[in-house]
Amino acid sequence: MKGPFFEILGGLRSLATGMRITMQQFLKRDVTVQYPHESLEMPKRYRGHIELARDEETGKSLCVACGGCQKACPSGCIVVEGAKLEGEKRKSVTDFQLDFTKCSLCGSCVEVCHTDALQYSRDYNLASTSKDSFHYDLLRRLQTEESVPSEEKE
Amino acid sequence: MNKPKLDLVPTGPPAAPGENETFVLNLGPQHPATHGVLRVKLTMDGEFVVRAEPVPGYIHRMHEKMGENRTLPQFLPNTSRIDYLSAMHYTHAFTGVVERAMGIEVTPRCEYIRVITSELNRISSHLVWFGAFLLDLGGFTPLLYAFDDREQILDLLEGLTGARLTYCYYQIGGLYNDVDDAFLDGTREFVSYMRPRLDMYRKLVTDNIILRKRLIGIGVISQEMCRKYGAVGPVMRGSGVAYDVRRAEPYSAYPEFDFDIPVYDEGDSMARYMVRMEEMEQSLRIIEQALDKLPDGEVNVKVPRVIKVPPGDYCYAVEAARGRFTVRLVSNGKPIPYRLKLRTPSFTNLSLYEEASQGMMLADALALMGSLDLVIPDIDR
Amino acid sequence: MSLTEDPIRLLLFLACTMAFVGFNAAYLVWVERKGAGRFQRRPGPTEVGPAGLLQPVADAVKLMSKQLIVPPGADAILFRLAPIMVMAPALMCFVPIPFGETLAGRDINLGLVMIFAFGSFNVMAIMLGGWASRNKYAIISAARIVSQNVAYEIPMLLVVITLIMVTGTMDMNEIVRQQEGWFWNWNIFQLGANPLMPVTFLIFFICMLAETNRAPFDMAEAESELVAGAFTEYSGMGFGLFFMGEYAHIVIGCSLGTVLFFGGWQSPFGALSGVPWFLLKMYTLCFIVIWIRWTFPRTQFYGLLNLSWKILIPVSLGTLILTSIMLKVF
Repeated sequence: MKGPFFEILGGLRSLATGMRITMQQFLKRDVTVQYPHESLEMPKRYRGHIELARDEETGKSLCVACGGCQKACPSGCIVVEGAKLEGEKRKSVTDFQLDFTKCSLCGSCVEVCHTDALQYSRDYNLASTSKDSFHYDLLRRLQTEESVPSEEKE
Repeated sequence: MNKPKLDLVPTGPPAAPGENETFVLNLGPQHPATHGVLRVKLTMDGEFVVRAEPVPGYIHRMHEKMGENRTLPQFLPNTSRIDYLSAMHYTHAFTGVVERAMGIEVTPRCEYIRVITSELNRISSHLVWFGAFLLDLGGFTPLLYAFDDREQILDLLEGLTGARLTYCYYQIGGLYNDVDDAFLDGTREFVSYMRPRLDMYRKLVTDNIILRKRLIGIGVISQEMCRKYGAVGPVMRGSGVAYDVRRAEPYSAYPEFDFDIPVYDEGDSMARYMVRMEEMEQSLRIIEQALDKLPDGEVNVKVPRVIKVPPGDYCYAVEAARGRFTVRLVSNGKPIPYRLKLRTPSFTNLSLYEEASQGMMLADALALMGSLDLVIPDIDR
Repeated sequence: MSLTEDPIRLLLFLACTMAFVGFNAAYLVWVERKGAGRFQRRPGPTEVGPAGLLQPVADAVKLMSKQLIVPPGADAILFRLAPIMVMAPALMCFVPIPFGETLAGRDINLGLVMIFAFGSFNVMAIMLGGWASRNKYAIISAARIVSQNVAYEIPMLLVVITLIMVTGTMDMNEIVRQQEGWFWNWNIFQLGANPLMPVTFLIFFICMLAETNRAPFDMAEAESELVAGAFTEYSGMGFGLFFMGEYAHIVIGCSLGTVLFFGGWQSPFGALSGVPWFLLKMYTLCFIVIWIRWTFPRTQFYGLLNLSWKILIPVSLGTLILTSIMLKVF
């Protein structure tokens, strides 16, 4: 007779504790961010899609079109072509296509590159209505837009 | 813990097919309770489950076949996606097997950082399980509290690696990059933030009489059943088998830490629940010790440019969030492996579902499935 | 009342009741969603209208614009009748409830019985809806609802009988008038007549939650198990009517609790009684119902029935006997 009685009382007490906890949470501030009215800043190391880094002195890409990134990519999304221009010691890149629809953001390309020509962007607001808008021509993006100078590889 | 009140739990007799009027209910691939695309064909007699036949395969992505078509460094992103909730552990197993095969010794600092990130990942995986399990049982609010805590972990790991869920952080021979002070300070803060939260979960959920009535005595899995089906992880530890890969086959820096393995003997859903809640506590302990003892130095060692594993058969096992995950690498000397076998914990944990759920009522059967902590992509790979 | 006065009052009352029920069904949903959001530390609906106040309007427009699909093989009449059978009796239940001293539909001396009579239509309607849908999930849910509601009618009625023994009348307005004065005159504090009065209220509250299929007793609509339970096959306004019926029953249950235990429209200070006090008390009870929903997990089905048959009925029988002894002897 006593056992179930105390069990019921204990049960009611646990229910009351639970309700107290939810009421405490009720009175606290929101933890959500109202996107799109507010948005968060991406951390420094955030892995957006890759982009070509700009050499500070020459203003051109650091890429020498060695094809290392193309070989390292597990998904086959990079196509690099380069040619040796007049009066240059190394090759320079003439075409750099990234198929972002296949990219898994593994970072092998950025790691393998020995001239630090690739870096991550911080774009996360990527929404579009066609697949073609995710076939990036990275060389053209470098030449027509501002980009952050090559960062020290950590 | 209360003794299970078996007289209050009605279990119908499992009937032979065709004997009673049974009907087949398809807990189809699209269902809120199956945590992914798993189809379970339930043959039911009224409210009782006569037979539960899981039909996996709806999310088979051929990871093992991809392992035979890619070089070893190219397979690294795949490892995160096998079980995306405890991605670090799976990458750890893969890099571990390659390093073991090639005889590469990573630096102590690298080992410690791998342990810290793995344990953080274990906590975040258990928080997802906690939230989803309670959602199945009808308590909607603890899910959001758990996800709030998980956000903190994900923010920490995002600041460190750049990704929130599918980290490509461990590399063969080291890490992608070293930790910075922001991560270390943030992790320390997180540890002190999380302990009171775990206490809150205990008061809000674990002590709650409705939940206790729901879980105690439900879905008892005996040690014999675990052995028969090869169940691992918290399922096994909730049935009284004190086996944890971190103690049985120590790897990485785990021998240097002092932590307990929670084991409960009852074998019911409540035991599995308690095992996971305590594992979160123990993970916090490990992280604290690792932060205190973090050695200095390099994180990466020199590895050859082309990673080629000497011919042979190699294995490496880790204690992932769901149980024991083993990678088996068979190599014939080329850069591309001959065979890559992934032995995942959810597959064997699911296989005991058919026998364990016989005669249970539908709601209990779903509570049992929730307590097994299945991640369906882990089953299908 | 003369013949010319009555029809006008009748029409006015009808219109007001329907407006009140409609407004409550719509904006209790808003309160619930905002409340759920705050319990989960997020804002709830904010986009539509200021602070999301037009969200119910948007939902209503959405529901009304959907096609009413009747599954092939579903019982033609019953399927369409079930939502109506949920709403219409709920409206009837509002007749005897006294909102203010002179603000009641009809002063019926069997008011309580009338409310329970019409309230139990709810069970039949949902069961018919579930059965007529010809969907396995719906049938399981309908069967569960019937067992649950039958089990919880009994303690509810026992508790109400206890209360009737204390008050001596079934006329709702009379019950409220008996509780005038300061708040210790309210029925819940009448420990002289029944020392276990708060327990009686607790049983009443639990039974009310179970009757309206609210969490933690929402086996019928267990979202994670049975998708939407008995309402799976309903689309558009059919589903909307079930939904509105659920909130209407919550309002009825809370009003009943207020009138029976908390003094109805009486103010706690003995002066300035009126409609606002009734609404305040009723909405506080509704808030507690919402609070409970978002805190606890669902009970087990047999746990639910065990709770009723093994715990609530013996306890309510006990309070009944205790009350009768107290009334007879003291």
